[in-house]
Amino acid sequence: MRKFTTIFSHIKSTKMNFSVSLLHRSSPFCPNQPPHPNFKNLTWQNRDSLLLFPLLCSRHFASTTAQNPSTLNALQDHYQAIDFPGGAVQFIPEMRFISESPKERIPCYRVLDDNGQPILGHNFVQVSKEVAVKMYTDMVTLRSMDTIFYEAQRQGRISFYVTAIGEEAINVASAAALAMDDVVFPQYREAGVLLWRGFTLQEFANQLFSNIYDYGKGRQMPAHYGSKKHNYFTVASTIATQISHAVGAAYSLKMDKKDACAVTYFGDGGSSEGDFHAALNFAAVLEAPVIFICRNNGWAISTPISDQFRSDGVVVKGQAYGVRSIRVDGNDALAIYSAIQAARQMAITEERPILIEALTYRVGHHTTSDDSTKYRPANEIEWWRVARDPVVRFRKWIEKHGWWNDMAESELINNLRQQLLHTIQEAEGVEKPPLADSFSDVYDVAPSNLREQEQWLKEIVRKQPQEYPTNISV
Amino acid sequence: MSTKFGRLVPLVFSKRGFSTSTSVQKGGGGSEEGLKSLNLCSAINQALHIALDSDPRSYVFGEDVSFGGVFRCTTGLADQFGKKRVFNTPLCEQGIVGFGIGLAAMGNRAIAEIQFADYIFPAFDQIVNEAAKFRYRSGNQFNCGGLTVRAPYGAVGHGGHYHSQSPEAFFCHVPGIKVVIPRSPRQAKGLLLSCIRDPNPVVFFEPKWLYRLAVEEVPEDDYMLPLSEAEVIRQGSDVTLVGWGAQLAIMEQACLDAEKEGISCELIDLKTLIPWDKETVESSVNKTGRLLVSHEAPITGGFGAEISASIVERCFSRLEAPVARICGLDTPFPLVFEPFYMPTKNKILDAIKSTVKY
Repeated sequence: MRKFTTIFSHIKSTKMNFSVSLLHRSSPFCPNQPPHPNFKNLTWQNRDSLLLFPLLCSRHFASTTAQNPSTLNALQDHYQAIDFPGGAVQFIPEMRFISESPKERIPCYRVLDDNGQPILGHNFVQVSKEVAVKMYTDMVTLRSMDTIFYEAQRQGRISFYVTAIGEEAINVASAAALAMDDVVFPQYREAGVLLWRGFTLQEFANQLFSNIYDYGKGRQMPAHYGSKKHNYFTVASTIATQISHAVGAAYSLKMDKKDACAVTYFGDGGSSEGDFHAALNFAAVLEAPVIFICRNNGWAISTPISDQFRSDGVVVKGQAYGVRSIRVDGNDALAIYSAIQAARQMAITEERPILIEALTYRVGHHTTSDDSTKYRPANEIEWWRVARDPVVRFRKWIEKHGWWNDMAESELINNLRQQLLHTIQEAEGVEKPPLADSFSDVYDVAPSNLREQEQWLKEIVRKQPQEYPTNISV
Repeated sequence: MSTKFGRLVPLVFSKRGFSTSTSVQKGGGGSEEGLKSLNLCSAINQALHIALDSDPRSYVFGEDVSFGGVFRCTTGLADQFGKKRVFNTPLCEQGIVGFGIGLAAMGNRAIAEIQFADYIFPAFDQIVNEAAKFRYRSGNQFNCGGLTVRAPYGAVGHGGHYHSQSPEAFFCHVPGIKVVIPRSPRQAKGLLLSCIRDPNPVVFFEPKWLYRLAVEEVPEDDYMLPLSEAEVIRQGSDVTLVGWGAQLAIMEQACLDAEKEGISCELIDLKTLIPWDKETVESSVNKTGRLLVSHEAPITGGFGAEISASIVERCFSRLEAPVARICGLDTPFPLVFEPFYMPTKNKILDAIKSTVKY
């Protein structure tokens, strides 16, 4: 039955689009189209030919032929089912609504319990000591980075900051499971992915301070990182727009036959945007090797999950689009690592999208512009910070293996603090980008109106320098 | 249907033709050999064939493009280049453009089709906040320059609210994209190929009224017409007229009628709305001393306002009359009132006379 469902779903994606288009957008110049095929009237011979017609073939059914007796039998058995281009279905006499939510929620894949112990029946991809220690040190680095940079914003040294506190496992473990050739389309709470890929603390600080070494040339708010060298597309403030970009990029990788996939991150709030719907549907229909990673941290600024959707989270939405999906404990680095690695393998080898909902909790405020105690209880935050900490959980696991200890921890944290304070001092002392960078890169080459405006502005600044900041060279 | 079209065609021709007049054709396939009589949709089709044939990293996608498209612009493409390069997408404009941005960001030529310009608005966020700012916001580390969004555009006689719109002005207020509108088959082919190969995201609007009605000799070979270059398609000395798309044909007829009354009109096809060719218009107005702009889109906030303000700024001492704008009215596009809504020849001629007489 599944095979037939898929076959006719393929017809649906072709025919229904045409029908809908005709119904809603009349085209005065479109020549008359023949009526839709009526499968009910097909002779047996014609019906058989459906299975051979190129439109119906896909790599899933390459072995299907008209001579396959089991196929003929299946057709006979399901005569009443082959009735709609929208899909082959069985008829029933009962009026039956499917429930809006199942009795049991989709379970959550986990490897380590809150004490860092592998749970009964654990099933995960083994990680080497080197990888595990780097995962841990990067998680600690990310948190230290967040702590120090957050404080820098409170001191007025940078204008804005967003932390990933509580979500370090999602960041670092997912990155660890990917390859450098995989292209990443972030939202904004995924700096740990870039960290794993080799972006230096100084490079982070340069962007935060918008100095001359910022690859973005000082044009975007702090924390909107991007790096071509690390295949990490530049962050934009818009929510969910990057999800469909990842699908287009994945399609490109597929056509180039690259051993790589596209990866995109978004929050639970982002899943409410229309772009989420567009991306998952396109990815399924166009068979794009992309991994959708949803960080369900329970909040979209002040909006709790109950005001965001009424489904069983985000993971159930994947199936509706025909996207293979899984729910994972986002505070479990090993579960994330294993799930992403499996997803990557499937996405690339089977040319299909995968959806991963990583459950976690946003321990920090949404951003430096937010005081989250105004809309959620402090003890709730504290409980997640103390009892469910992803960094602490993973530390317990690597310590149990003898790969980490208190001395290494102290040394790491002290070094990080010194490095971070140094990077801030360094970044703060460097000059800002030149004024010319305000006008370049709007297009590949500046058109005449932009050149005129640049000259006009420079003339004004030269005449009235006292009206402008002195730290930007003209 | 054929009877209706049979009745429609001569009626339409008697009311409005299309503008094929040219001065010297720059780069428009110089040779008189290799010409073929094509209508607008066939010229578009030819451009797409050439684009797909000349660049293996080019793709055409959108709603219904696989079977040839609802205006037949993509006829034969899927058969020749394969369904992996010419394919239908789900019915979702924001998805089409978002997907195209991702495809272009990886170094491909992504030629997205939006079925009617009226339905480009669901993709407005992707075009304005993403495509236009992709290069700038990344410090030129990334770009989606390979993206071209093409869409049928403008009035068609009976399109009502949602098959007649001219949304170009919405996009002209967006730094980072180019907006291009051709007036004829020959122009369409050369301009579209330039758009597809331009290293910036481009929105290309195709005057659908002309898809089958505009027919002219089009070079069969590969040629490109420059963007951001207006063209003086009719020389004159008393007044400068500026327009684009199908409206040029109406303006041209008004020029002919004005000439009978002793008024010499210069007619300019703007072609690219942003970045637009101020220099050509300025030069013309400095000669004639008068300016009239015309477009189907509503007058308030229409692109004619930008042209008018810029020329007043640059040619103030030369202007002998206020700039005239003869445009669509500030209403949604109506069905039965279309003949009254449109900036018709009589309206333009009346304005030409008022301007010259001022």
